[in-house]
Amino acid sequence: MKRLISFALAILAVCALLVLGSSQLRAANGVKADHKLTLYNWGDYIDPALLKKFQKETGYQVQIETFDSNEAMFTKIKQGGTNYDLAVPSDYMIQKMRRAHLLKPIDHKRLQGLQQLNPRFLNQSFDRGNHYSLPYFWGTLGIVYNDQMIASQAIQHWQDLWSPKLRNQLMLVDSARDIMGMALITQGKSVNTTNQADLEQAKKKLQRLMPNVKAIVADEIKMYMAQNEAAAAVTWSGEAAEMMANNKHLHYVVPSEGSNLWFDNFVIPKTAKHYQAIYAFLNFMLKPENAAQNAAYVGYATPNQGAQHLLPASISNDHQFYPNDKVLARLQVYADLGQKMIGVYNDKFLEFKMYPR
Amino acid sequence: MKKYSAFYGVPYIIWLILFVIAPLVLIAYQSFFTIGGQMSWANYQTYFHSGTYLRMTLNSIWYAFVITLLTLVISYPTAYILNQTRHKQLWLLLIILPTWINLLLKAYAFIGIFSQNGAINHFLRFIGIGPQQLLFTNTSFVLVAAYIEIPFMILPIFNAIAELNPSLINASRDLGATNWQTFSKVIFPLTLNGVKTGIQTVFIPSLSLFMLTRLIGGNKVITLGTAIEQHFLVTQNWGMGSTIGVVLILAMVLIMFVTGERRKRGGDK
Repeated sequence: MKRLISFALAILAVCALLVLGSSQLRAANGVKADHKLTLYNWGDYIDPALLKKFQKETGYQVQIETFDSNEAMFTKIKQGGTNYDLAVPSDYMIQKMRRAHLLKPIDHKRLQGLQQLNPRFLNQSFDRGNHYSLPYFWGTLGIVYNDQMIASQAIQHWQDLWSPKLRNQLMLVDSARDIMGMALITQGKSVNTTNQADLEQAKKKLQRLMPNVKAIVADEIKMYMAQNEAAAAVTWSGEAAEMMANNKHLHYVVPSEGSNLWFDNFVIPKTAKHYQAIYAFLNFMLKPENAAQNAAYVGYATPNQGAQHLLPASISNDHQFYPNDKVLARLQVYADLGQKMIGVYNDKFLEFKMYPR
Repeated sequence: MKKYSAFYGVPYIIWLILFVIAPLVLIAYQSFFTIGGQMSWANYQTYFHSGTYLRMTLNSIWYAFVITLLTLVISYPTAYILNQTRHKQLWLLLIILPTWINLLLKAYAFIGIFSQNGAINHFLRFIGIGPQQLLFTNTSFVLVAAYIEIPFMILPIFNAIAELNPSLINASRDLGATNWQTFSKVIFPLTLNGVKTGIQTVFIPSLSLFMLTRLIGGNKVITLGTAIEQHFLVTQNWGMGSTIGVVLILAMVLIMFVTGERRKRGGDK
């Protein structure tokens, strides 16, 4: 008993020391309790060097918490008990959060450099007038392929994925909207369709793709493609950029018949507290040099025109990531279809995944 | 004295209510709500009438069964041999050691081993067989799952064997039993409780593995865990997710009942 008590006391003492130590460390870093900003972001989605620069310039320290899906983020903000000042949801989720009254409007008068943003990426269907959100990055859904395993002319369109040449060589990203959307586009349907027959057709079409599917995975796609594990993958542009940085044989193509155009935008969740810091940060990120540095680090396309000019021409003229206007015009943005319809999409996707091969 | 003991029990009772009973009640309660928010049996109807979920359930049970069987086949001899060794505590520690490492890290390590450029394929290339597709196969999924569950099977069996009185084995040998008879009539029945505990601790989690199905199985193996994850995180159809949860809990109760100790009525004289 005595030993047990002394053991417990020792653990408590160690814990107390650790708490003391960490608070000392934080004080040494010059963090005042209220001089911070909590950013709720996707993993590895901002250049850490920029955060240091921001702290140096303004004195606000940015704390980052990460999520790995829009839905997880939504749930966490909705459940409360969090203190996020800024979050970075995607297009349809912004619409959904707005409907759920989870967002605070953005005061455009407190912003400097709004004119830097390309009007093409403003005033989107999910947030007309950008009262609640500012574009952070945008991108597309497309096909990554390995030129050692498949010729580039053999894989320019969605339909090419169904080719028997790709048998057991295709990876798909584990996302119901994207994969169902891809199948809908091959059939000339809208990615926002609510027509049950269309969705059933899309599912049937996907089931015919099954012999080619090697795996339906998430972030791991980056690693697999870089290691030549598969010949082709359906994924997002930024992920593709990262893979291509690690493997010279990879290329990205946005099928010219259309694809998804998505946005990740800054929003202010209703839990926000540090408004000074929020606007300081938004203005900081609107500056072209900062946006350019961030885009170079993250690899997604920036909506900031000034930043696009600052980026090396090899990036900003790259049609893989900054598609031309003709392709851009054919891209479709996801709308929030409501929970019931999302349920239908997911059930169909689940049935596709369950399909025996 | 009695008053005190009741008082000391309060924290445990609060703990049980907050973290065991309340979540169970909440799951059961949630399972009656459809995606539209109406209260009904609809989720259960969907579950038991849709081929998708039933197939998924059968899938999960089948994989959990294979995983449990494989773990048992590996673990029983291991536990037995461990008991014969000199430094058994040390060996036991080495077997438990991997459980201190996060499951995800272990899964990623296996991705490295199984991938096209991984250690196994390097070896296969070296001996002239050529690279094989190892990742995203059912076999690799079962192997990795079994690897992860093995310590949880070995521990209870090890303890059961350690408690076995060696004089019983000696007696059995003295009475002329063969090795096999000693094992099947004496050792195994007396360690059956350890085996049952092991099966319980392995089978139930195996029913709802979900990270491994994606990382190692490439979502080619779909278990109930995948569906729960999807319903909670993507569809946000908490009702349906809870329904699957309730079915899993019932399955768990059933397995506890089948493998658990039953009080013998009347008792043997």
